[in-house]
Amino acid sequence: MSTEAHAAEGATGYIIHHLTPLHFGEGFWTLHLDTLFFSAVLGGLFVWFFKMAADKATAGVPGLVQNFAEMLIEFVDNQVKDSFHGHSKLIAPLALTIFCWVFLWNFMDLFPVDIFPLIGSIMGIEYLRVVPSTDLNATFAMSISVFFLIIFYSIKIKGPWGFAKELMFQPFGPWLLPFNLLLKLVEEIAKPISLALRLFGNLYAGELIFILIALLPWYIQPVLSFPWAIFHILIITLQAFIFMVLTIVYLSMAHEDH
Amino acid sequence: MSINATLIGQMITFALLVWFTMKYIWPPLFDSLEERKKKIADGLAAAEKGQEQIILAEKKAIGVIKDAKEQSSEIVTLAQKRANEIVEESKDTAKKEGERLLLAAKAQIEQEMQQAKEGLRQQVADLALNAAEQILNAEIDKTKHQDIITKVSKQLS
Repeated sequence: MSTEAHAAEGATGYIIHHLTPLHFGEGFWTLHLDTLFFSAVLGGLFVWFFKMAADKATAGVPGLVQNFAEMLIEFVDNQVKDSFHGHSKLIAPLALTIFCWVFLWNFMDLFPVDIFPLIGSIMGIEYLRVVPSTDLNATFAMSISVFFLIIFYSIKIKGPWGFAKELMFQPFGPWLLPFNLLLKLVEEIAKPISLALRLFGNLYAGELIFILIALLPWYIQPVLSFPWAIFHILIITLQAFIFMVLTIVYLSMAHEDH
Repeated sequence: MSINATLIGQMITFALLVWFTMKYIWPPLFDSLEERKKKIADGLAAAEKGQEQIILAEKKAIGVIKDAKEQSSEIVTLAQKRANEIVEESKDTAKKEGERLLLAAKAQIEQEMQQAKEGLRQQVADLALNAAEQILNAEIDKTKHQDIITKVSKQLS
């Protein structure tokens, strides 16, 4: 299963092969084609499904698709209402997108680890890593976008001076300005990093364990991979939920004027 | 595992997805949810109103029934009174009629008695006259004793 590129044979090679993305380009301008492709396809799936529900949306008796979509909408709306008390047209749709997209990313983890690479190798694709959330670029892209939104709303709601004052004079007052600034900066920067790394770490570790299970003899595999997959159903939903809720909380903090 | 241009691509995809959701997905679905909520609330309110109206209508119906009962009993009482009056009246008329009939009969009886007496008197007079005539035929002149005969016949009455 391992490839000439890595030259290493056996278990290590297998693991490395599975965790290497299909890449294109050099240095910073490298593109992980598999991450881009699968996240776009999954995003398309999400948009397609909800657009279908939205087109047929009626206030009467909902169909199956609309019912499911409304369930998610209501769930997300409740989360937003719980922690966000302002009025924003962006936050609820943003939260819905994050929840569904991250969930679909993570869901790719439940496919058997060898299926997609096998199909890929038949089609002549050497590397294929199908779970976008095991790519730091994907998780950081989302968390940095959220970070930009936090900065944007902080400045928009509190004004540039208000935001600067908050950075400089809180929590210890004007006399400890450098400490305040340092503390606040670390706090703000920690937000996107923790968001991205939490999701990445969970899914990367989960995928790694699936790969390790796949290395065992076939008769042991089901005993381990079955409970791990069931446990993972919880993990992938929970991670999507955490990402969404933290986004809502961070943005509502950005909206609060002290 | 390095950060590279994939990040930018993912951010663009993410922005597009969020924009699309915000523009085309969230509003119609959310609106339909809100509309349904409103419909249900309206329906419940209407149902409550309907029940209130039923209670009102029941009260009204009870009132109407009570009125009708009162009226009907009044009518019955009036009718009984009127019936009693009619009975009394007819009794009176009957009594008067009876008395009248009685009087008429009495008068007729009197009249007939008078007639009979008259007839009898005439007959007795005739008979007496006849007898007397036959007795006196030979010796007494009818014209001569007419006065006496008339006196006698008058005494009979």
